[in-house]
Amino acid sequence: MTAPRLELRHVSKSFHDNGLVVKALEDVSLHVMPGEFVTIIGPSGSGKSTLFNLIVGLLEPDAGEIRLDGRAYRNRTGRVAYMPQRDLLLPWRSVLDNVILPLELRGVPRSEAYRQAREMLPLFGLEGFEEAYPTALSGGMRQRAALLRTILTERETLLLDEPFGALDALTRRELQDWLLGVWSRFRQTVVFITHDVEEALYLGDRVIVLSARPGRVVRTLTVDLPRPRRRGLITLPEFGRQEAILLEALGISV
Amino acid sequence: MNFEATPTAPASISPHRRPRWIREAFPPALLIGFVVLSWQVVAERSGLPAFILPSPAQVWRAGWETRDLLGPAIGTTMLETAVGLVIALLLAVAIAAMMDFSPFLRRALYPILVASQTVQILAIAPLLIIWFGFGLLPKVIIVVLVCFFPMAVSTTDGLTSADPDLIALLRSMGATRAQVWRIVRLPAALPSFFSGLRVAVTYSVVGATIGEWVGGSAGLGLYMLRSKNALATDQVFVAMLITTLLSIGLFVLVYLIERAALPWYYSAQRAEQWEETGIY
Ligand SMILES: Nc1ncnc2c1ncn2[C@@H]1O[C@H](COP(=O)(O)OP(=O)(O)O)[C@@H](O)[C@H]1O
Ligand SMILES: [Mg+2]
Repeated sequence: MTAPRLELRHVSKSFHDNGLVVKALEDVSLHVMPGEFVTIIGPSGSGKSTLFNLIVGLLEPDAGEIRLDGRAYRNRTGRVAYMPQRDLLLPWRSVLDNVILPLELRGVPRSEAYRQAREMLPLFGLEGFEEAYPTALSGGMRQRAALLRTILTERETLLLDEPFGALDALTRRELQDWLLGVWSRFRQTVVFITHDVEEALYLGDRVIVLSARPGRVVRTLTVDLPRPRRRGLITLPEFGRQEAILLEALGISV
Repeated sequence: MNFEATPTAPASISPHRRPRWIREAFPPALLIGFVVLSWQVVAERSGLPAFILPSPAQVWRAGWETRDLLGPAIGTTMLETAVGLVIALLLAVAIAAMMDFSPFLRRALYPILVASQTVQILAIAPLLIIWFGFGLLPKVIIVVLVCFFPMAVSTTDGLTSADPDLIALLRSMGATRAQVWRIVRLPAALPSFFSGLRVAVTYSVVGATIGEWVGGSAGLGLYMLRSKNALATDQVFVAMLITTLLSIGLFVLVYLIERAALPWYYSAQRAEQWEETGIY
């Protein structure tokens, strides 16, 4: 049996804020297998972003262990590709110079980095905008640029924190299908945070449900839907049935 | 692939009715014209002697007649200003970087920085003359003193203004501290640095002329002092106007450099947003 790409064992994390202790995560255990697309859903404030900050290595857990490819690294930063909740493009850099950032940090020569990025621009719908500043882009384009930057970190694991959370419903659906297309090409391991039940089901192989604060894993659902996913799936009875299971786990009565 | 309606290419921002610089320059030009005209009328009609209120025409004539004196005077003052500004700039950036690097140095230097600005230039200027003579050096020091503070403070603020989430993102990619500095913190500091520089250059020329006034062997300040002693009020006005024009010239120069250096900050789009919100 292959080792999980990512494993959390009994991870807890609290924040101390003006003498107040905020418990963000409590005894969270989960694993993600290589090539798997796992979605994590939970109410706002359930510690989803904290979970990613822990995996990335920006925070250390109070208790428990985080393993990447079976190893508990002392310093984890730079080992997974992380796309934060905000697109966080550098406003003073053109789209092209933004997306090559991870290559630049690794010391890839600029001309080589540009070449790699240019190759990807059409797939990300950014062709013709390589010289534009982020302020000139629409929300959807900014998200795609941020995602391209994430992909160019060339890590096996992608952590995406509500990448489509701020987009309008139509753009969001387009980008969901587009992301699945990109994923079917690269087949990286994806962990995708969302607070949208439909999105969690439509995208994921498995859905992990977190409780309200402090975040705990209250349910894991292996999604029973065929791939490739098609929009029509949403209208199927199986989809509704699984949606109901997730809503119930979230404590929303149906 | 069919994405949402893409915005038009950034190059094709809608053209304005009139070029912007005309719209910008017209109101102040109108006001200045009005003031000069009123001044001329008042000076002529009031019958006040020229040593109390010279008319703009008299000021113009005085300037033209003393042009042989003015040329070298302007040269001296500009040299002092330029040297002082460059030193102040290097010093300010170096100190801002040091304060950013070490909280200890920050705590040690910040009060001294503030104190350097509250020093009475008029009190310290004669001392500097006593210590360093009548040459270039004391004037340069005065320019450095008045220009250094706004640049150091705004650069320090700028370095801490970077978005913490951006820094976290870079760290998540495994960036080193030096990389974070170069890629995020330095560029983020540039707009504040430039606003400090803009303030500094407007002080700089006045700083140099104060030094010359107190103890100079050349320069616009000396010209001003001699004119005042001779009750040549029209010449005093000449020196004042030239000082002002030099300051404005420097300000515009910095502004142009800033526009060229920070195209992302002054994107046409942002200017339009300002205009819409009425800030611009
Ligand atoms: N750096 C921090 N300092 C203090 N409290 C924090 C910090 N980060 C997150 N929290 C708190 O932890 C809880 C979980 O936050 P977060 O992980 O952002 O939730 P989610 O992403 O699920 O909305 C929230 O109550 C939040 O206020
Ligand atoms: Mg979050």
